[in-house]
This record gives sequence, structure tokens and C-alpha cells, in this order.
Amino acid sequence: MSFIQETDYGTPAVLADKTVTLTIDGVQVSVPEGTSVMRAAKELGTTIPKLCATDSVAAFGSCRLCLVEIEGRAGTPASCTTPVAEGMVVATQTPKLAKLRKGVMELYISDHPLDCLTCAANGDCELQDMAGAVGLREVRYGYEGANHLTAEKDASNPYFTYDASKCIVCSRCVRACEEVQGTFALTISGRGFESRVSPGQSEAFMTSECVSCGACVQACPTATLTETRVIEIGQPEHSAITTCAYCGVGCTFKAEMRGEELVRMVPWKDGKANRGHSCVKGRFAWGYATHRERVTEPMIRSSIDEPWKVVSWDEAIAHTASEFRRIQARYGRDSIGGITSSRCTNEETYLVQKLVRAAFGNHNVDTCARVCHSPTGYGLKTTFGTSAGTQDFDSVAHTDVMVVIGANPTDAHPVFASRMKKRLREGARLIVIDPRRIDLVRSTHVEADHHLALRPGTNVAVLTAMAHVIVTEGLVDETYVRERCDLQAYAHWAEFVALPQHSPEATEAVTGVPAAELRAAARLYATGGNGAIYYGLGVTEHSQGSTTVMAIANLAMATGNIGRPGVGVNPLRGQNNVQGACDMGSFPHEFSGYRHVSEDETRHLFEQAWGVALGAEPGLRIPNMLDEAVAGAFKGIYIQGEDILQSDPNTKHVAAGLAAMECVVVQDLFLNETANYAHVFLPGSTFLEKVGTFTNAERRIQRVRRVMRPRNGYADWEITQRLSNALGYPMDYAHPSQIMDEIARLTPTFAGVSFDKLDALGSIQWPCNDAAPEGTPVMHIDHFVRGKGQFILTEYVPTEEKVGPRYPLLLTTGRILSQYNVGAQTRRTENSRWHEEDVLEIHPHDAEERGVRDGEWVRLKSRSGETALRAKTTDRVAPGVVYTTFHHPLTQANVITTDYSDWATNCPEYKVTAVQVSRGNGPVEWQVEYSAQARKSRRIEAAE
Amino acid sequence: MSAVHATSVVPMANQIATFFVSQGDHAAAVAGTADHIKAFWAPVMRRELLALVDAGMADGLSDVAREAILRLR
Repeated sequence: MSFIQETDYGTPAVLADKTVTLTIDGVQVSVPEGTSVMRAAKELGTTIPKLCATDSVAAFGSCRLCLVEIEGRAGTPASCTTPVAEGMVVATQTPKLAKLRKGVMELYISDHPLDCLTCAANGDCELQDMAGAVGLREVRYGYEGANHLTAEKDASNPYFTYDASKCIVCSRCVRACEEVQGTFALTISGRGFESRVSPGQSEAFMTSECVSCGACVQACPTATLTETRVIEIGQPEHSAITTCAYCGVGCTFKAEMRGEELVRMVPWKDGKANRGHSCVKGRFAWGYATHRERVTEPMIRSSIDEPWKVVSWDEAIAHTASEFRRIQARYGRDSIGGITSSRCTNEETYLVQKLVRAAFGNHNVDTCARVCHSPTGYGLKTTFGTSAGTQDFDSVAHTDVMVVIGANPTDAHPVFASRMKKRLREGARLIVIDPRRIDLVRSTHVEADHHLALRPGTNVAVLTAMAHVIVTEGLVDETYVRERCDLQAYAHWAEFVALPQHSPEATEAVTGVPAAELRAAARLYATGGNGAIYYGLGVTEHSQGSTTVMAIANLAMATGNIGRPGVGVNPLRGQNNVQGACDMGSFPHEFSGYRHVSEDETRHLFEQAWGVALGAEPGLRIPNMLDEAVAGAFKGIYIQGEDILQSDPNTKHVAAGLAAMECVVVQDLFLNETANYAHVFLPGSTFLEKVGTFTNAERRIQRVRRVMRPRNGYADWEITQRLSNALGYPMDYAHPSQIMDEIARLTPTFAGVSFDKLDALGSIQWPCNDAAPEGTPVMHIDHFVRGKGQFILTEYVPTEEKVGPRYPLLLTTGRILSQYNVGAQTRRTENSRWHEEDVLEIHPHDAEERGVRDGEWVRLKSRSGETALRAKTTDRVAPGVVYTTFHHPLTQANVITTDYSDWATNCPEYKVTAVQVSRGNGPVEWQVEYSAQARKSRRIEAAE
Repeated sequence: MSAVHATSVVPMANQIATFFVSQGDHAAAVAGTADHIKAFWAPVMRRELLALVDAGMADGLSDVAREAILRLR
């Protein structure tokens, strides 16, 4: 395996219709108009020396190293800031340029430590490279003058170090923070000789506004900003392209290695989802893969009250198979089921659902999308015909009006948020619909035109009121609707939304959104040009989640905002492969490609391929499995890579369901909270240890490449395969590519997908078949997948979960930037330094009424349960609303949430729970008991 | 029949019926509710709701939901 060296073209690529031809060093080259001379030269293979230029940020023209001579022009212009011109004749190497460049380098080196041999960047330093490129042999000024060699290091950030003595003040880091990340945390403080990179107001990186995305580290041409890991162990020697295992953005990285040791993850410029950017999780938070708490040996126990006993793989697999067969013999074929993982690969997910359907002999399979985006699947399939978002991420560059509903992209999808912010800085308009004042509402150089701070649970009322405005004010794109949509359904819908009770004025009392503000937002979306809707779990995790998704689809169809770049309906998926898990047939009612189990032709296709008879009726969903378990009919479950005890609502009910089962099998990296109730623990493998594919939120299938051997001995697909064989259903895949080949044979939307094609193209967005051999970036271009777009009536139905005297506040939950979901991975990294515990955001008014002060313990109680955590007073939440995260098991925020769920899909209503908050003095009794039980449950019997 | 099912399948069926009632007339609402339950509920859940109806224990089940589940018998 070789080291992947990416080409730096010096300045960003330019898109232009016109091409310009020029001559550089006697060779003609044609490039898009507006391209820099530096980039044009690089296109030819000619490298012009440079320091302040890199192709991730706009040209700056400060280092004066990239000077060139141009026939007919005076002086020696900087090639990075000089655009090409027709017929231009450029010389990149002349005696005059050589002298100038050498002089520049002499000045830089005169104030730079000459410790190259012991420098962390040795072998990866552009300053060193440029000294070589210009032939620097002496520094006439000596090294004794005023300098910065004793400047202090800032090692406050756990992931990178700032060594000011090595800074050449090229501003690449500052510009990367501004242009790529959009945080504006860095600046150059001081003037002239005093100029230095400064986080915030000369703060330490750790306490500044820096979000640790790594863009500055990547942009730095010297050892000034260097990964701490590189400082500790040295430079990598080989690398492989792989896909991040955190959120649904699906960033691709170069995993840079020393043998089997991961040195650093560097975002890949050619990654079509992230375009060379990263966040603090994907870039730095991978230490969990080698964390001391990782379990690498299988374990079993006959009772959850007993300590674990380490056993061989053979024994663990045989025991599991024997238990599942025993249970089925006693309680029936439908008494067991499985849960696929959105953190695992498509191939692994496909194999688990196949195991359940073919080896267990039922359809009792579900996935964590049940608790996040299952309403997206239902809503978009009903209205458009496909259970997925309509656009690629690049589409945002063509958007004029963004609507962000129930999503917090800067925290949960940070790399895409940076692309959104870039477009907003270019002038796109923004509407935020969210109970909280998320960062996008107002942050550096970004301000929403409208923030509709609705009451939790009133999404449908707000969106239907927007539709009312669009219809009654004549803002419908009638041509689009006439050509693309079912006209009868449209007429019915238009009549419905035009009813007076759906006007913003009528709904204001329910939603809390001022009518004038809502009207203005609706007008902007309908008339502001390309309108794109991005939404998250604040849409889906409601009792009307599916209705809300359909209300969003209605708005997009009515305004003609579907079927071209810049528009669309775009669910921001939570986990790295939640789209893929859904695509692969993880739901109990459908096979891969979203085909219902009752469709005879599809079912017979699978029966023939798998050699088993398959039922025509759906299986149990996760909450149904738990209900059945409590009722005594469901007795065994195989859970791959999901921690339902911490992530699913109404923790006590989940615990009761798990406790009622006779064989709970958890396959994971760590003894997670669900494993407290498990009888078999099968150690899983990390994304660094396996081969396969993930599919991101834009339907993009990307390769996952193994860079180290599995510490547990097997990739997750191999474990599923062993279990299947032990159950008597043979599987004999030798490589995950064979699983993908089977998926392609059986799934029309994946018909053209193979590992070979993925390797050749880099990534593919499904559908990929004969009609679209290289995939489909934008869907529904000429017609909807279902034919005509289907408008659906969206009557607002208030949730059953209501505030009252006992529970007067509404709790809503979400994520934070540095932690990821249940925190199993990020809590085992330095990321916890940014978020050591879940806190309760409460408005100062509500806090004062209760005598609660910032930082104090509070009790949070609902009809489901009670927990305690510290309060954070903030006006980010409105009076009457409180907010917390669910990253830490000690808090167990889901002990509070209820079992109300979406009417169509059973997706839990995490976002609306009536609660009371009161002063506390530490963890409540339940938390203390739970911690004790968890400790007891994690005991491992000493080896004999 | 355990209390677990009375507290889960009855409100779930009612929620589904509420949506389909909002979409059209009574007959269409019953058909839509029945189709949805058939498409997304495991047979055991349908049987449980039917058993509750038969036993006179499906208190609070809406008329549309009741007609829909009876249609799936």
C-alpha cells in the first residue's frame, strides 16, 4: 500500500463556460476563464513555488514566492492572484524570479527554527520544500536578529498543537477557518513583526471559539499547527481512502498509517460529500478503536445477574445458535428477531436482515432508523415514490433560499453546515424553523431572515400555514404542478390548506409563531429562487413525524422546488449508514430497495435466491418487539451495533423488555448499556478494520477500506455468517464484494453497483442501473419516481403528550458537536473534554421561577421517569421549553421520554415530553441504582 | 390479553385512523386504516387488537379503527 499524495493546485478550481488558452514556459494550456496562472501551470504539471496559496482557499498573494514574468506586462505579478488571459505568455523560471524567490526564502528562514531533523513536520513541510525548490544555500542576514524562536506553544487542544515559533504568518489557517469552516475563530493579531495567529481575543485554542475541525491544521504549510499524534509518533508511511463512521454526511478521509497504527485521518479533497473538509469527530475522534474498554473476546452468561465468562468464538456462536433454536422450539418461530446497525456497512446490514428472514424464518428485523428517519421513508415514498432525499450536497451551491427545519447542522452535520454557511455568505437567504435558537439563526456572517421559533409538536400546523399563504396569495408554481403532479390530489389539497383555520393568524395561538413572520417566510420560500428544504429529527421524531415529512413534500411540489440542482427535500441523516441500513431491507415490512414483503414477484425473487420460503406479512418493529417481550411472547434478539437501552425512548420499558428475554445477543465494540441485559456478547469490529460500503444522506455509496486487522478477530459480517451457518442456514461469502454483488442482483436501484465500479468512480449515488449507469445525483428530474407527485392533506393533530400543572414544561432533545448519539465512541475520546456531561438548557425565566441557578443540579421528571443533571440557563430556548442531549448513560435522558410515537412508523416522539424541573442535590435514586447495576453487570469472571 | 397490548395497539390504531379520517370520507378512512395496518403491523399485533375487540376490552378504539381491524379478520 502506498502513501496517497494529493495534488495542490494552489488556488480553487473555477467553473466557467468560456475557456482561455495561454502559454506557460513554452507549452500551451487551456483552462476555464478566471483560473489563476498558478493553477493553469499546475494543470500542465508545472509547480510554481508557493507558501501562502493552497487550493482550499482563495488566493491571498502575500508570500511573494509565486512570482512569474508575463510578456508585455511590467513587474513580476503573483501567479496565485493573476487570472489567465487569452494569449498570455508566462515564464515561471527566470534568473530574475530565482533571485527574488531566494530573497524571500532567506527572509522567512532567518526567523525560523533550524531544527528540521527533529521537527514534527520533517518530510511534510512546505517551507522545507520551498527552500529546496528555490535552491536556498545561505541566509545572508544570519539568525541573530529579532525573531520569534522562543514563542510559546499552545498545547491546550488535545488533538493539535500550535507552535508560534514556526509560524510564517501566511494566513492559510485563518482563511481556512473563514472560508472552509466558516467559524472565523482565528485572526492575525498585531501588526508587522508582532503579527501572530490568534484564536479569538488572543485566547488558547481550547477556550476559543475554535471547533477543532482541523481545517487550519490541514492548511498549515509548516509545523506551526500539527496533529499531536504526529508530534508523538512521527509521519505516516502509507494511506488508504475510507469513509467516516460518524454522521450521515459521509466524509471520506485518507487514513494515514504507520504499519497498523493510525497516525491521522486527513479529509480527502476528492471526497464528493465533504470536498476536503472535516469535523472534530471524523478528523480526530477515532481513539475509541483502541480504547482500553474495548472488548475483543466473546463472552456468555446464563443470567444477567452473573458475571461474564470469556469463551472461544466457536463456543459463543454454538451457544447462541443453540439458544435461538431452543427458544423457537419452545415459543415459536416468531419469538426471536434482530436489529441491524446503521454504524455497520451495507453488506453487514444486508446480511443481518438476511439472517433474520432466511435463518430465523421470520421478518422480525428492524434498525435504528425506526427511532430517527422512518417517517422520512414513509413520507417521501408516499409523495415522491422514493424513500430518500432528492439532492446531492453539491446542490446547496445553487440554492437561493434554505429552509432548515428541526435540524441543527452546525452540531450534527458540521461539514455540510460549513457548505451551507459558505452559500449563505454568498447571499443565499435562510429560514430556520426550530424551537431553539440554533447557531445558524445568528452566527458570524450568517443570520436567518426568519426564525420561526415554534412550540415543540406544532410542525404540521406551521407547514400547513405556510402552504395556506402560498396557495391563497397565488404563489403556487402552477405550471410545475400541472405538468408534474396529480391534479386531483393537488386541487383537494389546495382547497384544504386554504381553509381559514389553516391561516397563520388562526394557528398562531397554537404554534407560537407570529403570523406576519410566518407569512414573510412562506413568501420568501415560494418566490426567492431555488428553494431547498433541509430537515432533521426535529421533523421526524414526533407523533406526526410522517405527516410533517409529507407537509414538507407538499410545499416543495407546490413551489416547483423539486427536480433540479439547488432545490429539493433533503433529510439530514443521523448515522453514517442509516440511509444504507434502510436501503438494505432492514425494516420488517420490506426487502432491500423498499419493496414490500407482500409483493409476490419480489418475494419469489428472494425465495429463489436464498432457497427458503418467505412470509408475505411484515414482522415486528423494535417497539413492538419490546411490547411482545414484556407480554412474554418475544424471547430472543440479535442486536448488531445499536444500544437500544440508551437510545430508545422510555428506558424503563426497554429494560423491562430486555429483561424479559431469555437470550439477548449484543454485538458491539464495548459493553454498552444494552449489554447490561445481554446473555451473549460478541465483540464487533470498527470501521477501520473492515471492508465494505456506507451510504450517506445524499444516497452516495462509498467504500470503507480496512487499514488494520480486526482486534476481535473478525469483521462483523463474518460473525453474522458464522452464526447463520451454526443455525443451519449456509452462508459462504469470501469477501464483502460478493455480498454487494448479491444486493445488486436482487435490488433494481443497486443493479449497477459493484466494488469495482465504486473503486473506479470513487462513489455512486443510487439509483444506479442501466438507465443511470453512473448513479443519480438529483432525483425526480423529469418525473417523480411514483409518476405524478402526490399531495397529501396534513391536518394538525396535537400530540397526546400535553403540559399541565404537574408537568408544565416541554422537553426536547438533541445532539452537540463533540459527542455522537449515545456517545459510545466519542465518550471514549478526548472529545469529552468539550462535553463531559449532559446538561439541561432552561430559560432564565423558568429557572428563576424554580429557584434554579446556572450550574446547579436539577431534577427532571416526566410521567415516564426522573433523572437529574446540571442546569444551564440560556435564552437559546424559549420560556416553557427545556432541552438536553442524550450522550451520557449516567443522565439517561431517555428515562424521561415517553412511548408516544409517529402514527405511521412508530418513530418515537423524542422531541416532545411534558416535564417538571425542580432543584436537586445530585443524582436521583434511579441513577444511583442504575449505575450500581451497570457496574455489577459488567463484571467479567477471572480466567482459571 | 395483557395490559401491555391494550395500552399500545389501541392508541396506535386510533392514531392511524385519525390520519386517514383527515384524508377523505368514512369508507376511504376505513380502507386506508385497514391497508396501513395490514402493511405495517405484524400479524400478531392484528390478532391482539382483534382479540381485544372480541373480548370487549378495546375501550377507546375509534369507530374507524374498529371497522378497519374487523375488516382484517
